[in-house]
Amino acid sequence: MIEIKHLTKKYGDHTAVDDLTFTVKKGQIYGFLGPNGAGKSTTMNMITGYIGATSGDITINGYDIFEEPELAKKSIGYLPEQPPLYMDMTPYEYLRFAAELKKIPKSARKNMIQEIMERTMILDVKDRLIKNLSKGYKQRVGIAQALLGYPEIIILDEPTVGLDPKQIIEIRDLIREIGKQHTVILSSHILSEVSAICDYVLIISNGKLVASDKPANLTRHLRDTVSMSMTVLGDRNQIQKVLEGQAQVSSFWIRESAQETGAWDVDLKSGDSADLREKLFNAFAESKCPILKMQTEEMSLEDAFLELTEEKTEPEDTAETERASEPEDGAEAERASEAEETPADQTEETGRQEGGN
Amino acid sequence: MLAIYKRELKAYFTSPMGYLFIAFLLFVIGIYFTAVNLVQGYPWFGFIFINVTFVFLILVPILTMRIMAEERRQKTDQLLFTAPVKVVDVVLGKYLALLTVYAIPVLLLCLYPVLMLTLGKDMVSMPMEYVSILGFFLLGAANLAIGLFISSLTESQVLAAVLTFLVLLVCYFSSSLAQFVPSSENAALLFFTALIIVAAVIIYVMTKNVFLAAGAAIVLEAALLAVYAANKELLQGSVAKLFSIFDISSRLDNFVYGILDLTAVVYYLSVAGLFVFLTVQAIQKRRWS
Repeated sequence: MIEIKHLTKKYGDHTAVDDLTFTVKKGQIYGFLGPNGAGKSTTMNMITGYIGATSGDITINGYDIFEEPELAKKSIGYLPEQPPLYMDMTPYEYLRFAAELKKIPKSARKNMIQEIMERTMILDVKDRLIKNLSKGYKQRVGIAQALLGYPEIIILDEPTVGLDPKQIIEIRDLIREIGKQHTVILSSHILSEVSAICDYVLIISNGKLVASDKPANLTRHLRDTVSMSMTVLGDRNQIQKVLEGQAQVSSFWIRESAQETGAWDVDLKSGDSADLREKLFNAFAESKCPILKMQTEEMSLEDAFLELTEEKTEPEDTAETERASEPEDGAEAERASEAEETPADQTEETGRQEGGN
Repeated sequence: MLAIYKRELKAYFTSPMGYLFIAFLLFVIGIYFTAVNLVQGYPWFGFIFINVTFVFLILVPILTMRIMAEERRQKTDQLLFTAPVKVVDVVLGKYLALLTVYAIPVLLLCLYPVLMLTLGKDMVSMPMEYVSILGFFLLGAANLAIGLFISSLTESQVLAAVLTFLVLLVCYFSSSLAQFVPSSENAALLFFTALIIVAAVIIYVMTKNVFLAAGAAIVLEAALLAVYAANKELLQGSVAKLFSIFDISSRLDNFVYGILDLTAVVYYLSVAGLFVFLTVQAIQKRRWS
């Protein structure tokens, strides 16, 4: 459906998109994921023919977007990051204009606009000026515009940015709905969104494709560490001793519980994926430290994303700023291995660091 | 193209811009018409066009400043250029909308000579008046194309308006300026050398290629020196001639005297065509860089 080969875009010396190659197949919702400035919008702008590429090919339904732009563009509906709306028009006028621009036959226009306005739920505002609409409605008018002509491919650039939670849910439902009949590519820097809507995720960082897989698979192969958080009643030193006695616990942090008096919050990580809950329960029970709460935290798509976008980036890049508040993975791993040898000092140190969070 | 034309035309009349343009143009011409033709009874309507060409300095920026710049600022150009439409069609649609807005007051002006018939039937030469109205329309069309091009260079309406005003101002005064330019060969040599340096700097800024800029400068300078060495007289008065190329307004004079000056018609149409073409190129260049 869409074939992208060695796509590169350079702005002067800066490479925004670097040798991107991937294929989009029919009938799925694709999520284009990456930190801000990773090149998502640039890539989408190239796929839709808004800007040219420095090198590489984009083929849409067999038509090269740069060679036969008119034919290729016919099978794409595009909602850019900022919806391209004319503020001095009403949604109905705007959609009529966009339909004419997209060369939809006059006879089909009226019914199609009506149908799309129903689907995107903008019928009740169709005669108000776009500049007076709320952001959620503006976004819907933008999506309605992308749907005009029912193109096979719908590309949405950050469709839920700047919306309130209720609107986000509505737009997501709408996208899922659209995904049943169209191939959808949407970009986002919000992971929960992508994991909630998309069938397939492409993670991009610094213009390079770092991973592409189903959301479930992405997290699975990264789930070799298990982290756990618990609240334990008792003496701090005793808790520390119990944890040190567990060989599988690779690192842990203890801090005073904010909710429970006399209790301690414990976060720990284990080196393998084995379930530690039973062992920990017994160990703490033996030393008469009741566990008030225990919870395993699975590696989320968020962690997968951070790991993927970070490993392959250079220090000065944007991914770094995204998690500047957190310690680097490498440093953490080092600390974890040291923890085995000098657990006391290490816990103190990391404990203080984590306490800030 | 038709969709863009219709939208653009509608936009001019949902905002005050279109009305302002038409009202101001009719107001200025109306003052002259009343004072010269009606009160004094001077039977030559075309004559006042020579005096009102200054209105374009104000009116053209008002009409053209938003036409491309606003699309870029609001990012609505993303809709236009991702739709299955050619860039040329987008630009032509917009230019035709500009021409239509301008044609409305010009069509109204066509009634003025008819009004003057009441002053005396044999006094007014109708063909002469309509030729001058045609000239006035062509002059405006050329000016609007320049405004369209400048609007495509920036995303700030204010900057587009100011730049358009300045460019039209220079064109407006270029005939007067030409009179002050020394006509000697040496002055011409210096002037063209300066021009070549400016051109080289522009090439460098646009391509960031030192060799290309320097190469172009050397080739042009060599050609200039060759002309200078071979035939000095060719350069005589050439600077003034160069200025007269930019002199858009005074080409109207022949029309006003009732001469359907084909070179002027071709000149105006070329200016309009050139700037529409340059607008398309400016948009294409931005998409590919």
